[in-house]
Order: sequence, then structure tokens, then C-alpha cells
Amino acid sequence: MLKFLLEKEFKQMFRNSFLPRMILFLPVMMLVIMPWAANQEIKNIKLSVVDNDNSTYSQRLVNKVIASGYFILEDVSSSVGEALRSIESGKADIILDIEPEFEKNLMGTGMASVMISANAVNGTKGGLGSGYLAAIMADFTDDIATDLGLNAGKDVAPSIEIVPHNLYNTYMDYKVFMVPALVVMLLTMLTGFLPALNIVGEKEAGTIEQMNVTPVRRITFILGKLIPYWAIGFVILSICFLLAAFMYGIKPVGSLLTIYLYASVYILVVSGLGLVISNYSDTMQQAMFVMFFFMLILILLSGLFTPVTSMPGWAQLIAKVNPLSYFIQVMRSVYLKGSGIGQLLPQLVALSVFALAFNLWAILSYRKSG
Amino acid sequence: MDDVVIRADGLTKKFGGFTAVDHITFEVGKGEIFGFLGANGAGKTTAMRMLCGLSHPTSGSGTVAGYDISKDQEKIKANIGYMSQKFSLYEDLKVWENMRLFGGIYGMKESDIKEKTDRILDNLGFSGERDTLVRDLPLGWKQKLAFSVSIFHSPKIVFLDEPTGGVDPKTRRQFWEMIYQAVHDGITVFVTTHYMDEAEYCDRVSIMVDGRIEALDSPRNLKRQTCSETMGEVFRKFARKATRSAD
Repeated sequence: MLKFLLEKEFKQMFRNSFLPRMILFLPVMMLVIMPWAANQEIKNIKLSVVDNDNSTYSQRLVNKVIASGYFILEDVSSSVGEALRSIESGKADIILDIEPEFEKNLMGTGMASVMISANAVNGTKGGLGSGYLAAIMADFTDDIATDLGLNAGKDVAPSIEIVPHNLYNTYMDYKVFMVPALVVMLLTMLTGFLPALNIVGEKEAGTIEQMNVTPVRRITFILGKLIPYWAIGFVILSICFLLAAFMYGIKPVGSLLTIYLYASVYILVVSGLGLVISNYSDTMQQAMFVMFFFMLILILLSGLFTPVTSMPGWAQLIAKVNPLSYFIQVMRSVYLKGSGIGQLLPQLVALSVFALAFNLWAILSYRKSG
Repeated sequence: MDDVVIRADGLTKKFGGFTAVDHITFEVGKGEIFGFLGANGAGKTTAMRMLCGLSHPTSGSGTVAGYDISKDQEKIKANIGYMSQKFSLYEDLKVWENMRLFGGIYGMKESDIKEKTDRILDNLGFSGERDTLVRDLPLGWKQKLAFSVSIFHSPKIVFLDEPTGGVDPKTRRQFWEMIYQAVHDGITVFVTTHYMDEAEYCDRVSIMVDGRIEALDSPRNLKRQTCSETMGEVFRKFARKATRSAD
């Protein structure tokens, strides 16, 4: 019986002029464009310089800042007041204020000061911007000291230098963080929304009536709906893997099979949720909005883009019952650390429980008679 | 009528305070064409949905094909065919694919499905449309296809809910020929309609007004009892009487 239902679902899917294209193009577009655009690395910080010294060394400092690549020299102001106005008007993000006797002090005492003022409306940008600037400054003083031979023969106070050693994502490449997140998001959206719209679509078309009057078993009917999305999920996942590998050179350190295994359970979770929503909805519009509501919670409270550990307690609780947060843990661990099933057993158990619960619910909430 | 295939006893369906079907009692014998007449909103569809196992009765009882309509709905479904008022085959599947799908769901064998599809399409003169998407068929053909699908698995009883609504007279004529053929093949037909000329084709008819069955007999007897020339006249007499009593 299931065979006939599956045949029907696949025929309907391929005959749909829109669906196969979306399944193909959405992952491609997302993976080709998004990792470049949705980037949390702070770049292109607009810098306003107030150079009160106008000396060779102050020039050298400004050049060094620009050469770092993080800053764009937006304007050179004659006073701090003017620079502040360009921050207010949004022209600049950060001010580098160089004191009048900069070169003289530097030559004379080896100490000079600059003031950094950052617009912290966008906290990340302001914080990281002044951080970068400070780091460049430290580097600059080092350069100068070497240049002038100030360190030579002198007893340099022993200083502790911190050399960051980033584990797993050594170069802090943002794409390595972003690509697995995008894959999870795509998989969640497509295998969640499509089933959510399916059963309710049959309600709107009236075809569910003809189905309900047959002796088809509820579990068979739900499996007939579930399995096609399972297959679609694998197609999406494979497209994503190929793109990630060939476009960005991002390959999982661990085994692809581990990811496929977890994905096969995870797709069932999301599709099951979609079918439950579809069963309770009377119109496609209603199903769409309810699914959207859950999607937002799933995605935002999962650690996909922001770490769960920095969320407030109640949000962390939600993340604990959020299947997406388990799957993203798996994705990142396998992609970056090369974890295997052994280390990811709790996630497998959690996802399996979710899959079982949602699909049982989907079967029970599909009512053949009112 | 030795073999009763449908029996309703005080069957009632309430939606909140509204009684859609009000204590209806009747029997339908094997091989009969039973006409279920009534104005729009009289409760025909609701009554039929209870008999088909699509809706639970609020009170009363009934059996269809020997099974209890409150308990054995899925067993009833295996023994009946149903054609709903709203066309409900898959528009994005081809003619043969719809037949194959429903044949398969009712547990028919692949070879039987193939053979029967060919035979039915041939009888209907439909063979040229075998690979046509259902959405591209004209309404009359859609209705004929829907009926063919509803009896594809050779059910004991077929329930037809206004099967000829919106169809031209010629197609309606052909449709009734198909119904007679089904009866000839041993299928009991339970049909709702509000075309009174179609009522004449039934063995027995019931007239339903405001959820109750007001009359139940053969068309000839009903006409004699009410001194009417046509079933249309009979229906108007009952409908008028009941509307007054309902006020």
C-alpha cells in the first residue's frame, strides 16, 4: 500500500513546476552567497582620524592602521568635535585622536598617547574596532622601538606576550563557522515547511476526503508523507556538502557518514513537526504561520548563530528541548573536531526521542473521521 | 429485500446546538438504487458521511456492509466506495495514475489494476485520455472518472454525493447508465441528488427535510400517495409541508 502512496507523492513532487527547482536552487543560492554576506567578522570600520601632530610618525601610524585592512579612512578631521559630528551623522564608526606632541613624545620618552573613541551603538563593531586599533597600536610601538634601537642593549622589562592558539578553526575563518550553520538551517527549513504545507494542502484541495474514506492505515499514510521529505533532505544535504567542499574547501574532519546518520534522524524530527502542524491546520496560510513561529524559535534558540552558553537560563532551557541545537552540535563537532558517534551518543539519543515523539504525534493527530 | 446492507436506526448528528441529522431510520437492501433526496442543507451529506465512517454519529446506531458505523469504521471503508460532492481525485495525476493509486490503496494486485484500468477506460471510450492529467479533463469526464474510481475496487456499496451536479443532461444520462451497470455487477448504490428526474431512476427514495426523513418509498408509490404526476411535485409537497412545520 505504501508503495502506491510513495509513487503518488514523488509524481506530484516532480510534476510541481516549483518544488524541484526550489529544492535545488535554495541550497545553491544560500551557500554561494550567504557565507560572504552574513559574516560576523568586523571589517570595513569607518575611521575618522584627528591628527593634531601632522608628523612623519603620526602619518606612519595612520598608514599602518589603514594597511591592516580592517579600517577605511573615512575622513581626516581637524578637531575631535568635528570627528564626533561625523560619527553622529553615521559617516564614521571610530575616532583615532593623535595628541599634538605625538612624535616629540615618542622620540623623547618613548611614550606617546592617542585616544580611541568608538561608536558603540553596534556593540560588537565598536568593541572589536577599538580592540583591533589597540592591537595595531601596540604593534606600532614595537616597530618604532626596534627602528630606533631603543630595545638594544637596554634591559627590557620581561613582558608576557599572549599568543592565541585557536583550536579546530585555527585561522578563525568565519566561513567554517557559518557554512555548517547554513546547512542546518536549509535542511530545517525545507524539510520542515514542505511537509507542513502538504497534508493541509490536500485538505484545501479536497483530496484528503477521498483518502480518508479508504481503509488506508494512519501510519501508512504518514509514512507516505514522511519518506519523500526524508529523501529530499538527503539530496539537500549532499548538494550542501559538495558546495562546501568545492567552493570553500570546507570538508568535515570527521566522517560524512556520521553526519548522514544524524541527519537521517534529524530530518524525521523536523518533518514530523511539520506534519503535526499540518494535521492541526485548516488552511495552508495557518500552517505557514505556525511553522514560521516554531522555525524562528528553533533557529534563534539553538546556538546556530549565537552561543547557547551566553543565553539567559530560561533560554538555555529552551535550547535543551530544541532538536536543532543537538544537530548543530553534531555538525560542528564532526566538521571541526572530527567527532564520531562515540562522542555524540547523547545527541543521537535526544534526536531519536524527538523523532519518535513527533512522528507518533503526527500519526495520532491525523484523523480519518471527525 | 432479504439482504440488508445499510441500516440506520435513530441516527443523529449534532454540531453544537444545531441538529444536522435528526433520528433517521431506514434500511437499504442489496442491489438497490437508493435515492437520498433533500434540499441543500437538509443533512444529506452529513448522514452519508456518518455511513461512510467519515463522521461519528452523536447518537443512534447503524450498520454498513454488516459493520457497526461507530466501531468498525475502517472495516466499512474497505467495503465501500465513495464519491464526494466536491471533485476529490488528484488533479496533478494522470487518469491511469489515479486509478492505480486507489486500486493499490484498496489492496488490489498490480495485474488486476492494469487489467481493470484498460477495461474501464475502454468501456468509457476514455483510452485516448489515459495519460491526460486529470486537471485537464472537462467536468463531465471528471465526474465519470470519479465514479469509475469509486467502484474500481468492486465495493459492496457505493455512496454518491450529488454525482451529477453541474453536468449537462447528456452526460447525466451516461452517468446513470454507468450506475445501472454497477448495480448489474452487484453493487448497491446510495445516491443523493436534487435533480428530481434522477429520483425516478431510483428503486426507492427517501425525502429528507431539515434533518429528518419525511417520506420513504418507491417513486411510484410516493406519486400515488401524494396524487402527483412527477417526483418534482412530490418533493415540493413534502418540502413545503416540512418548512411550515419547521417555522
